[in-house]
Amino acid sequence: MKYDVIVVGAGHAGCEAALTAARMGKKTLLITINKENIADMPCNPSIGGSAKGIVVREIDALGGEMGRNADKTLLQIKMLNSSKGPAVRSLRSQADKITYKKEMLKTLESTNNLAIKEAIVADLLINDNKITGITTEEGETINCDACILTTGTYLKADILVGNNRTPEGPHGEKRANFLSDNLEKLGFKLLRLKTGTPPRIERSSIDFSELSREDGDSEELTFSFDNVAYYNYKNQEPCYLTYTNERTHKIIMDNLDKSAMYGGFYEKLGTGPRYCPSIEDKVVRFKDKERHQLFLEPESMYYDDIYLQGFSTSMPHDVQEDMVHSLKGLEHAKILKYAYAIEYDAIDPLQLKPSLETKVIENLFTAGQINGTSGYEEAAGQGVIAGINASLKLDDKDPLILSRSDAYIGVLIDDLVTKGTIEPYRLLTSRAEFRLLLRSDNADLRLSEKAYNVGLLSEERHNKLLNKLKQMEELEEEIKTITFPQYKCNLSEYLKRPEVKIVDYIDKLSNTYDKEVLEQVEINHKYEGYIAKAKKEAEKMIKLGKKQIPDDIDYKKIDNLATEARQKLEKVRPRTIDQATRISGVNPSDIAILMVYLKRFYNE
Amino acid sequence: MNDTIVAISTALGEGAISIIRVSGEDAISIVNPLFKEKDLDKVDSHTINYGHIVYKDEIIDEVLFSIMKAPKSYTMEDVIEINTHGSIAVVNKLMEVLLLSGCRLAEPGEFTKRAFLNGRIDLTKSEGVLDLIKSETELTRKMAINELSGKVSELITNLRDKIVALISNIEVNIDYPEYEDIEVVTINRIKEEVVEMKSKLLEILKLSEDGKVLKDGIKTVILGKPNVGKSSLLNALLEEEKAIVTDVKGTTRDIVEGSIIIGGVKLNLIDTAGVRESCDVVEKIGIEKSLSLINEAELVLLVLDSSEELSDEDKFLLDKTKDKKRIVIMNKTDLDSNNTYDKDVIRISAKENIGIDNIKDKIKELFNVGAFLTKNLTFFTNARQIALLKSAIESLKEVERGVNEEREIDMIEIDLKLVWERLGDIVGVNYTEELVDNLFSRFCLGK
Repeated sequence: MKYDVIVVGAGHAGCEAALTAARMGKKTLLITINKENIADMPCNPSIGGSAKGIVVREIDALGGEMGRNADKTLLQIKMLNSSKGPAVRSLRSQADKITYKKEMLKTLESTNNLAIKEAIVADLLINDNKITGITTEEGETINCDACILTTGTYLKADILVGNNRTPEGPHGEKRANFLSDNLEKLGFKLLRLKTGTPPRIERSSIDFSELSREDGDSEELTFSFDNVAYYNYKNQEPCYLTYTNERTHKIIMDNLDKSAMYGGFYEKLGTGPRYCPSIEDKVVRFKDKERHQLFLEPESMYYDDIYLQGFSTSMPHDVQEDMVHSLKGLEHAKILKYAYAIEYDAIDPLQLKPSLETKVIENLFTAGQINGTSGYEEAAGQGVIAGINASLKLDDKDPLILSRSDAYIGVLIDDLVTKGTIEPYRLLTSRAEFRLLLRSDNADLRLSEKAYNVGLLSEERHNKLLNKLKQMEELEEEIKTITFPQYKCNLSEYLKRPEVKIVDYIDKLSNTYDKEVLEQVEINHKYEGYIAKAKKEAEKMIKLGKKQIPDDIDYKKIDNLATEARQKLEKVRPRTIDQATRISGVNPSDIAILMVYLKRFYNE
Repeated sequence: MNDTIVAISTALGEGAISIIRVSGEDAISIVNPLFKEKDLDKVDSHTINYGHIVYKDEIIDEVLFSIMKAPKSYTMEDVIEINTHGSIAVVNKLMEVLLLSGCRLAEPGEFTKRAFLNGRIDLTKSEGVLDLIKSETELTRKMAINELSGKVSELITNLRDKIVALISNIEVNIDYPEYEDIEVVTINRIKEEVVEMKSKLLEILKLSEDGKVLKDGIKTVILGKPNVGKSSLLNALLEEEKAIVTDVKGTTRDIVEGSIIIGGVKLNLIDTAGVRESCDVVEKIGIEKSLSLINEAELVLLVLDSSEELSDEDKFLLDKTKDKKRIVIMNKTDLDSNNTYDKDVIRISAKENIGIDNIKDKIKELFNVGAFLTKNLTFFTNARQIALLKSAIESLKEVERGVNEEREIDMIEIDLKLVWERLGDIVGVNYTEELVDNLFSRFCLGK
């Protein structure tokens, strides 16, 4: 049996990678431990959030599936930061965990060139430093030309609850026992990471009457540029808000030594994410805070679990009971699933190229949590890029590399391969220098042409894009003809004022324009000055990005480089001067020395 | 790049001692054979060793060696400093011996260049060292020392820390919009902080511009109608300070024709021809030219005639220079006083050499010279830094504008980040091409 591309793992990265490769015409095999868990959401029941919502839009603009699938299965959706500027607005939805998996499986099964197989991959077959296939724990061999590892948290996973360490994957699934050891033998440096999930509570045991309600927005919103709403905004499921209190904090402090994290039962603990701390972490670190917010989110319409967001913990079960019962509205709550922490192996992402191909083995790509990230959206975004670049590689074409001024996905991958990570990496808006250019509303304008060029965007969607561009052009022209003699300007200029809205002048326009077109033109005018500044800064980066560093450069030969800079440059092997400037430990003077060297020896 | 360099570190002349500095990989192996008493390979770092320099069996001098082994030295290379007797003949002979033994004569600023390239000092500091080497007066020396102390970097770094605190709070508000327990940055808070930062930066800018002028020399024009005594004033200024007038023609666009140092301050005189040929300034050189002279000048010495009423030319020049740094000089006080103009004038007699000191004091006052000499002021004197500082202030003004227009906080933050970036460029924490260009031009790195 031989495939063009084998994708190992069918989480959010794996699904996108497999769909992308298959859609680009590659004969693709998607291997999963359990078909029931394809596109599983083992943690929060939501897609999107700040920065992440924009990533979902980007995935959709690139021809990926997550946006459309989230639209089909959402329980609630809202635009975050709607009172702030357009750059930081981002969609967040509550997704139905059951239908999300079902819809994704349907899409996978109806995609040409794509087969699905249940197995646990144990080893990789390598010939001449190039991947040639995989073997399963059952001993089966399957050949391929390229392989994408999207193993999530399954590599030698351990579940931690109190002082118990159990060798298993999320919610009791089988873990992959051998693959990470074999990766290490091939020369990969492994990281041990950790993340956690809060308890799930039975809906009927919660007293919602005194909790404040959090509703979705009262207009129909979609992640996908298909702009098809599969729901009625009047029928959204609410979330609820509760708080920890003095009693909760006391229970936590009294039992701190029982927490898997604080108890010190284990010799070696993986590194957890700082931005998504466990509740014991929050209570210890922010002692003077009287309470912490907790959100109650529905997991599905098909079962009764409520996700207690903000309450992730690795306390033993009896302590969790006390903690949960101390919360308002949850005095009589029944815990359906206890919270746990999970530890797993990942690879050091500094061993990756920006295409997500590994530097260690040719035609081997990795995406998602195996690369040290956290989050469904971050995983899916990498999945699309790995799928695209594995396919391009097999066609002998240059990889598609998104820059930091192209996309959040570009920021994410550049951070990974340039800075590496020591904790599960999460995208934040603050990681993007040019976020005014990387908006939710313009993801299609930024990326869809690139997707079309590699054959990922349908003709229908491409025509939609062309039509949008045409309408924008027409609207630009038309607003110049609408004048305001009292202000001595036309609408095009008048729109620059912060308080002026284009919708208020819609009856003056002779043509009709799509909502997104009006929005786009308004933003372009209202934030013209700011956008220009962001572009100017981005250009500096792009200019340095054009200064390539030869692949064969020998950093040992460059005198005067600081030792730390030399080691880091050796390890990362940046492709451009721009990338080199972002390596921590490489100072401006090191860059200056590097530039001098390049000028001298490569006559650059 | 790592050859071993040598230079005389003290001023060449007859002093009690002179110091010759050697730096580089081979510093010890080059000097060792010349040193009779001890094996320098075996002496501890940071020790002073007594002995004799012997070359081809001839004793050159009795010296002290200070030895500083890498990386704990100024250049982070092996450094040997040789204290010799301060005779020109001895120093020259010793230099000759060292050059013959394998050292190369250091380029100006090369020790500092190495200290920078080897990561011991940051860019602002190395700029300071270069300025120190090039300083001509006590004043510019003090300024360079100021740059070197790192005080400037410290102040900018503090301001950047403040901005970062503000930015990161805004970012938290963006990334965790649903969390109510995080303090929300309000437009008023930004306003308060921006006003404070702006006044601080403007103060530095004002000092820096004065400092730059003082460092480079004050472009000065002497104006006045014919026969008012411009050339006698010039001569009196020269006489007073016994200063040298030099011709520095040929600098592009510049019309500086001579420099004089009075009271430790350098004045670059522009269009001295106009002063020397005692002719009617306004008529002869034309209104346009005189206006452009005024425009160009950083200091105007406007000479009036005490023995006559104000003429139209006088009034014209008084009006055109009213917004400049100027000193109105009432000359010919030895004659009968007929001029009733009395607003902030200095009365002198160039002929009798009376009141010249007052002009000198006034110049110092106008350019805050006293403060530069006595106080520990914080400012920049480097054109690159001043330009970046201006750009940071421009961005701060944009922040203010955004605040006044009630723009969204995350938009205002864009300008705030630009302020942060430009301040970072100043202290050299960002890599920019300008920085490298600056390095290339100042350190001759291209060779």
